[in-house]
Amino acid sequence: MNDLASAFTTAVSLVGTADPAVMRIVVLSLQVSLSATLIAALIGLPLGALLAVARFRGRGVVLAMLNALMGLPPVLCGLLVYLLLSRSGPLGALGLLFTPGAMVIAQTVLITPILAALARQVLEGLWEEYAEQLRSFGASPARAVPTLLWDGRFALLTVLLAGFGRASAEVGAVMIVGGNIDGFTRVMTTAIALETSKGDLPIALALGMILMAIVLAVNATAQALRDTAQRWAG
Amino acid sequence: MRAPDGILPLTTAGLGFSANGCEILRAVNLRVEEGPPTIIIGPNGAGKSVLLRLLHGLLAPGTGQVLWSGIADPAERQAMVFQRPVLLRRSVLANVAYPLSLRGVGRAEQQARAHAALDLVGLTALAKRPARRLSGGEQQRLALARAAALRPAVLFLDEPCASLDPAATRAVEQVVARLAASGTKIIMTTHDLGQARRLAGDVVFLHRGQVLEHRPADDFFTGPATGQASAFLRGELVW
Repeated sequence: MNDLASAFTTAVSLVGTADPAVMRIVVLSLQVSLSATLIAALIGLPLGALLAVARFRGRGVVLAMLNALMGLPPVLCGLLVYLLLSRSGPLGALGLLFTPGAMVIAQTVLITPILAALARQVLEGLWEEYAEQLRSFGASPARAVPTLLWDGRFALLTVLLAGFGRASAEVGAVMIVGGNIDGFTRVMTTAIALETSKGDLPIALALGMILMAIVLAVNATAQALRDTAQRWAG
Repeated sequence: MRAPDGILPLTTAGLGFSANGCEILRAVNLRVEEGPPTIIIGPNGAGKSVLLRLLHGLLAPGTGQVLWSGIADPAERQAMVFQRPVLLRRSVLANVAYPLSLRGVGRAEQQARAHAALDLVGLTALAKRPARRLSGGEQQRLALARAAALRPAVLFLDEPCASLDPAATRAVEQVVARLAASGTKIIMTTHDLGQARRLAGDVVFLHRGQVLEHRPADDFFTGPATGQASAFLRGELVW
């Protein structure tokens, strides 16, 4: 119990003094997860919008697969990206394995289906409302995609935050493809796993507190955005 | 006399429509000319909204066809306002400019036409407000402005005042009358007989999916030719 209390005190001072080692880990975590969220958004949101408006044979199968991919276990995602990027893999020549770039790729693969599936759900309701009016204006379904993305912007921001939350909280994928190399590919979640198993609780706790603070900030932002959307969209 | 980009008269030949094995419209033969508004009346479920959607091209006919005249692309020369206005989650002004941008109208021209259309419906003061925060009557006037900015030859209105109070209804009717006076052909459904009397040039009486009468409004209201129409005019419950 005393151990825990002193660990907690040390953790608070690590956060309070902005310990350089801790800060480097936090910054890398944010860089990796924000980059992954950005890339996944550029792919996943238009894909989700397209699936919301398109009607084609096999659409049900595609949607079922997408929904299944939302539950892709991070370690499995990490393994697949590892196989792609490893020396003997198809993309091995890029030399990306055990770099932050590989971690971005793994998290992008992990959350793109989440963003696409959630965007599809959100935008399908909007499309039901807009479809007839847009057809009356002479807009094709393809032209409706940017309209839906813009008019659904507040709802899509919460979708983005969900993707970012998933990316920043996962440990399995970045552990496998990043390797948790000190000062290079160590992020908050992998550091917490390592420091805990080493018994260095203060650093693990400090990182855990920062991670919690980020998650809380993300959710508060999501809430504020929903309120703004309510005021705007009615 | 027809404008070079006119698309009237509009004719339908044996127009029919069924959904889920249920016949909604049967053998509709109509001829709609330039002039004052054509009002489609009839009890609920007569097929008024479906007829409007078929004419506008939102639904594909089950049988028969919809024929436009002239050389202009008829789809580009029509607009429609729905019973419940579908407003984009944008400002009032952006709502009016949106369909103009779809049709390739330049940015400066979009703004000029949007402002003129808002002026027409009396919403200039609300141009920067979020469209979906407007009152029901204002929303419907905005939908009218958005359609008017497209400068359609034919404007379809599907029960535009169905859920509006008398004051808002009056404001909408004023805009409709103004558009009609400026040469836009209005084709409108309503189940409000007073409104039909105030606006109609000619009346199409629709009953159980069939056109029972299509005559000048004065003739129709003074001496309906069919029993169903005179019962409807007396306010009896026909369906």
